[in-house]
Amino acid sequence: MADVNRGNRPLSPHLTIYAPQLTSMTSILTRITGNALILGMILIVWWLIAAASGAESFSTADAVLTSWFGDLVMFLSLWALWYHTLAGVRHLIWDQAVGLDLDTAYKLGYAVIAGSVILTILTVIIL
Amino acid sequence: MVELTLPKNSRIQTGKTWPKPEGAKNVRKFKIYRWNPDDGKNPQVDTYFVDMDTCGPMILDALIKIKNEIDPTLTFRRSCREGICGSCAMNIGGINTLACIYGMDEVKGDVAIYPLPHMPVIKDLIPDLTHFYAQHASIMPWLETKTNRPAKEWKQSIESREKLDGLYECVMCACCSTSCPSYWWNGDRYLGPAALLHAYRWIVDSRDEATGERLDELEDPFKLYRCHTIMNCAKTCPKGLNPAKAIAEIKKLMVERRV
Repeated sequence: MADVNRGNRPLSPHLTIYAPQLTSMTSILTRITGNALILGMILIVWWLIAAASGAESFSTADAVLTSWFGDLVMFLSLWALWYHTLAGVRHLIWDQAVGLDLDTAYKLGYAVIAGSVILTILTVIIL
Repeated sequence: MVELTLPKNSRIQTGKTWPKPEGAKNVRKFKIYRWNPDDGKNPQVDTYFVDMDTCGPMILDALIKIKNEIDPTLTFRRSCREGICGSCAMNIGGINTLACIYGMDEVKGDVAIYPLPHMPVIKDLIPDLTHFYAQHASIMPWLETKTNRPAKEWKQSIESREKLDGLYECVMCACCSTSCPSYWWNGDRYLGPAALLHAYRWIVDSRDEATGERLDELEDPFKLYRCHTIMNCAKTCPKGLNPAKAIAEIKKLMVERRV
């Protein structure tokens, strides 16, 4: 085995070849929504600070946040908030070491996705 | 560390397309990862055509047929051809599984075959499992006892023995660990689903007397807690086991012994 090339071994492909599936997708979405919500929160804090510091700065912030783009960001943030909350609940259930069989885990996964969409729509309608 | 792209020497290039078998009517296309340690080139994906009318039903049958009839340099591990040795673990159609018990009819369209993901490649479909085995060895996969040895054997009730079901069947094929994104990014320090499933197998064994030491050893931000319950492991296990559940049980024991 002395002549075997060990130094320059390639790394086998991973992300690019692994099939996307509910398990990994719901997991990465939890992270993405969590991080996106930080940005959404900063926007709201900006809006509140602007409101506290005067009419002029408030009108600028308010114009941005109530524009179609601001509405879109807030709508997606709302969905992200629901998704992240429900996914968090799923993790709390899993932390009791229950609901981890594949069948239940998949049902919970679909429930989190469907639930986040339904609750987002309900929130928009009610508020 | 998360590194989304492959290192320069690992980027895949287009490979050779091998001729179709003559006179075959029912041909299937196979795209297979190749890397030769001796030619200094990058990995490539070769295309093969296999006559399904003269081929067995499993993916491994096709690989053996390619090696016998088309390209004898194609390199892969195989042994038992019935899912008990774990040798032919590879990525088939995007998921990790054993080529010998994965049916050709379970893949739609062309069959893409790669080595187990995010591992150093020795040749073609053969990954280097040295580190994976070392991690398994690190969890002390044997019975640890302190009391005097009994005259005959260490006894166990039927109920206690049942707790090992779903754990002892693991054949260490590495499908689960190499399907885990957390293991991809932190496999140097995170033990991964396979080693942790084995750790739990000894933790719950009623005869084992080193439970505390075993838990101490695992109480580490990386070894155990890089598991984020993604569940790719349970999804991909060719033996139908559930490493995610075993890991959750370990985490639960960690909390329970503190309160």
